[in-house]
Amino acid sequence: MADEVILLDFWPSPFGVRARIALREKGVEFEYREENLRDKSPLLLQMNPVHKKIPVLIHNGKPVCESMNVVQYIDEVWSDQNPLLPSNPYQRAQARFWVDFIDTKVFEPADKIWSTKGEVQEKAKKEYIEALKILETELGDKTFFGGDTFGFVDIAMTGYYMWFEASEKCGNFSIEPECPILMASAKRCLQRDSVVKSLPDPEKIVEFAFKIRKIYCV
Amino acid sequence: MAAEGKVKLLGCWASPFSRRVEMALKLKNIPYEYLEEALPNKSPLLLELNPVHKKVPVLVHNDKILPESHLILEYIDQTWKNNPILPLDPYEKAMARFWAKFVDEQILTVGFRSLVKAEKGRDVAIEEAREMFAFLEKEVTGKNYFGGKTIGFVDMVAGSIIPFCLAQLWEGMRIDVIPEEKFPELNRWIKNLKDIESVRECIPDREKQIEHMMKVSERYRSA
Repeated sequence: MADEVILLDFWPSPFGVRARIALREKGVEFEYREENLRDKSPLLLQMNPVHKKIPVLIHNGKPVCESMNVVQYIDEVWSDQNPLLPSNPYQRAQARFWVDFIDTKVFEPADKIWSTKGEVQEKAKKEYIEALKILETELGDKTFFGGDTFGFVDIAMTGYYMWFEASEKCGNFSIEPECPILMASAKRCLQRDSVVKSLPDPEKIVEFAFKIRKIYCV
Repeated sequence: MAAEGKVKLLGCWASPFSRRVEMALKLKNIPYEYLEEALPNKSPLLLELNPVHKKVPVLVHNDKILPESHLILEYIDQTWKNNPILPLDPYEKAMARFWAKFVDEQILTVGFRSLVKAEKGRDVAIEEAREMFAFLEKEVTGKNYFGGKTIGFVDMVAGSIIPFCLAQLWEGMRIDVIPEEKFPELNRWIKNLKDIESVRECIPDREKQIEHMMKVSERYRSA
């Protein structure tokens, strides 16, 4: 039976990109639909009435919402290739722990870096680097967070890796000197085929970041 | 087949997050040693076991340390296969995870934080809370439990927070956020929950919980 897979998404979204990467890692054919977040489609409002947010994966008519929920669903449905999560329950819990950490301790300051200035931004930069350093310790000398293979935590972080340049330019700072090991892993992730096909041009993200920064800071 | 080894749970009597883990352990008949954290003081053990977040609950299974209630519940479910908590079907599982997150984020916000701060006044806060609860009302309609015929992941998450934590806050504030005439299905679900032994054993003393929630809300309001 042919699967119908639709992804409601927004091109610069670090959350949407996770779903795109996961689908491509699994070789799943899907229809990408760009949402205008200032004028949300009836389909988005119908498929995610609670949050009205992207990404939404619609698999044979049934919606799955929230990026890491989507990634986990993709891993469980298309389980025959490229596992994104370990099969061991404890290692799965550890991977999910780090993704929860990323989506709170990295997300909150990252959000403030491009949308604020002055003291608030300085504090956010500090917290952002602190969180990245904790992640760098967790990464250790592994190629990827999952070990030798690209997986769940790497997919989660790639959403932030794609915004590194924009964050650095908005905040006028540099991440590599602070977290060289994490940066090396980031570069490996950004070279992966599924990632290259899923990411927008980094310059366009910088342009987008400055555009919304004007809206927030003026 | 039961998993081997010793299980310890670091928790707090007043925490719905630790109580939901106890519900799961009891449902699956897993013997465990319970260690009470005298919060808000944090013991050296807690700081050692959960250095990143310094929060309860923390489950220790042999040499494995697991923080965060949702992760603990899933770990328990994958390790002890009797009385499953999560559905097998990937879509149903994704929905369960979605609703559990909705409870711990949106419901906790409207049911506690926004109500206590009541920036636009208490009546507006109650109405906004009811808009969120309406989603849960719809989700449990026609079912005994969120999990269907038996309790599951969402029942434990929502069950530890709504009837045995938020309801005591509301009682202390003398308000009824989910009255039976507006939320018949959620109220029916709460009655059904109390039929389950592993849930009943995890219900804290009502008066103690009201007193505790009043203290917590005062701390939150003045923060």
